[in-house]
Amino acid sequence: MNHLPLIIKREYLTKVKNKSFIIMTFVSPMIFIGLIMLIAYLTQLNNNKQRTISILDETGKISQIFLSETDKKDENTKYHFLQGITLEEAKKQVQEAEQYGLLHIRNMASNEEVARQIKFYSEDSPSQSFISKLESRLSEKLTQEVLLQNNVDISLVNKSKMQVAIGQETFSGEQSSKLINYSKLGFGFAAGYLLFMFIIIYGNMIMRSVIEEKTNRIIEIIISSVKPIQLLMGKIIGTSLAGITQFLMWIVFGGTIIVILSLFFGFDFFGAQTAQQQELIAQGADIDFSVLISYIISSLPIVNLIIAFFIFFIGGYLLYSSLYAAIGAAVDNETDTQQFMMPILMPLILAVYVGGFTVLEDPHGTVATVFSYIPFTSPVVMLMRIPFGVGITEQIISIVILYITFAGTVWFASKIYRVGILMYGKKPSYKEIFKWLKY
Amino acid sequence: MSSILQAKDVVKKYGEYTALNKVSIDVPKGSIFGLLGPNGAGKTSLIRIINQITAPDEGQVLLDGEALQQFHIKDIGYMPEERGLYKSMKVGEQALYLAQLKGLSKSEAKMRLKYWFEKFEISDWWNKKIQELSKGMAQKIQFVVTVLHQPKLLIFDEPFSGFDPINANRIKDEILQLRDEGATVIFSTHRMESVEELCDHIALIHKSNKVLDGKLTDVKRQYKSNTFQVGIGAEDNQKLRATLNQKFELTDSDFKSINDDLKLNIKLENSDTSNDLLSYLTSQGQVNHFVEVIPSVNDIFIQTVENNN
Repeated sequence: MNHLPLIIKREYLTKVKNKSFIIMTFVSPMIFIGLIMLIAYLTQLNNNKQRTISILDETGKISQIFLSETDKKDENTKYHFLQGITLEEAKKQVQEAEQYGLLHIRNMASNEEVARQIKFYSEDSPSQSFISKLESRLSEKLTQEVLLQNNVDISLVNKSKMQVAIGQETFSGEQSSKLINYSKLGFGFAAGYLLFMFIIIYGNMIMRSVIEEKTNRIIEIIISSVKPIQLLMGKIIGTSLAGITQFLMWIVFGGTIIVILSLFFGFDFFGAQTAQQQELIAQGADIDFSVLISYIISSLPIVNLIIAFFIFFIGGYLLYSSLYAAIGAAVDNETDTQQFMMPILMPLILAVYVGGFTVLEDPHGTVATVFSYIPFTSPVVMLMRIPFGVGITEQIISIVILYITFAGTVWFASKIYRVGILMYGKKPSYKEIFKWLKY
Repeated sequence: MSSILQAKDVVKKYGEYTALNKVSIDVPKGSIFGLLGPNGAGKTSLIRIINQITAPDEGQVLLDGEALQQFHIKDIGYMPEERGLYKSMKVGEQALYLAQLKGLSKSEAKMRLKYWFEKFEISDWWNKKIQELSKGMAQKIQFVVTVLHQPKLLIFDEPFSGFDPINANRIKDEILQLRDEGATVIFSTHRMESVEELCDHIALIHKSNKVLDGKLTDVKRQYKSNTFQVGIGAEDNQKLRATLNQKFELTDSDFKSINDDLKLNIKLENSDTSNDLLSYLTSQGQVNHFVEVIPSVNDIFIQTVENNN
């Protein structure tokens, strides 16, 4: 008799109909979006701070750079130019007017000395990003001055700035570059973290579901009707489906909220970047992004990646959830589960970090290769390696190992489960669990 | 009478500990079979083997002449001592689910549940959750779930615990009716009076061994000590007592009587019969009470367990 569909259905429906599950499905995206909005609001608050800076420029030529068009349009930072007063008077004025600070540029014999003597006075210590912005603008201006002094053609200097990105190509003609490598690795990281999150959120749910029969004291009735392995498989699949349902609901629901907020309230979710991020984007602006992205995509084995992603993601998730099921099978109640949690998450964390470092260093090195075969790390490490090109046989071997291990853990869990019912109220040790396997 | 369940030399070990040591039982079809034994004797281990929750290390179990297999689950109904149902599930949904696990189709299960719910007058519980019901109410549901798939073999572990006397009686009547309809019942209990009342066969397990089994009447015959409870009166009761004491092994007895008689238990030699005793007694005085002492299941239980200690 195959009861699997029946068990899956019950597990799925009990989960989905559960009140706290329904509440979490709708509340989580709201909390999440609320958090994003809060962060965005706070950073904007910081960025929008009105600053008035007084500049006492004794050279009379450096501060010209703050008269540019963009500076005039800048709502946040206003420049106030002082002339013909001493530093002490300027300080006093700035303090009385409660301005943000005073930039003092001393007139010296050489530009080198001018550069060394620039000072910023303020009430409190100033924003570091603001200071570094000032520094880069001043150093650019001073460099120009030096070049002019030496009669160098500035446009020539600008033209002669060369950027080097070493193109990489294997003998078989596969091209890559540092940037592409990073984005390849990024894919693996993203997959790894997604898996990690999924396991943490829903693994616990599976564990609780396995303990359910014990806390409800219905275990003997159930286990005299179905095989433990069927029950555990049903629980893993049913709970996973409920998890996927919730995840999809989050995406749909969260997406809807974002669209509504940005359409009707004009909330700018993507403007929520810090100054550093903006700077980074500005620096990269001279690279053509669309070309780059299409180049990256064309360099990735996309079909292989998508198929492998699903197979490894599902396999990895099933493997880890079967471990959670095994813990649930071994204990009587949730409080006893703590001692088993850490050993489960360790290999996953190891996979993400060790995988990240070794794959970048050498995607086909010994460490990376070995880790992409070990079932507890292969879902993450193999997904990181595949963008760099992994033979199909290698992938298949790794997949087979992964799924066999999964079947093994479920078998192991069901074995423990069967014996565990004979040991009501006893907190099992590792040694005891090992003994149970022989029963 | 053919047997529905046979356990042959079943051995079960948990590590070093032997829970069942070559235990054999034979449950006749249509009987109510009492599985007795002190706590921790191995009853539950045996029941779990019959239910295929665990497998025996040695020996085999036959149901209706066939070695136990997965599909036999639908032929067995089991109500464990540890009672429980899914607390947050609705009564009706839950009963349907459990019935389907036993191989009933959904529509069939629904029909039968309707019958039982009406019989027990609990139809309005269908949409309630178990956690809203009292313990006794939940037990009724559990009973229904146990018998719903009309198994050939019913196993009840302490079926009456948790029921008030009225409901316990009701459950007892249902069990008898199921027996009359052709089911065989295995009963595991400590309540000897219900064994006395219901069981026609018993087996006693003690310290992992079966120490006694058979038809209840045979067992009692085997355990009787040829002792008779006698109420006898004469002009001088003391003198009569002395006379009898020379001839028989006497102990004082106690029973209700309106006469001022000697109340005695008289144990006979194996060769003597009740008629010999009675004719002798009538020659000595007025016999108002004469009953053979038949050991109760309780006595047999205690005696056997103590002898085996």
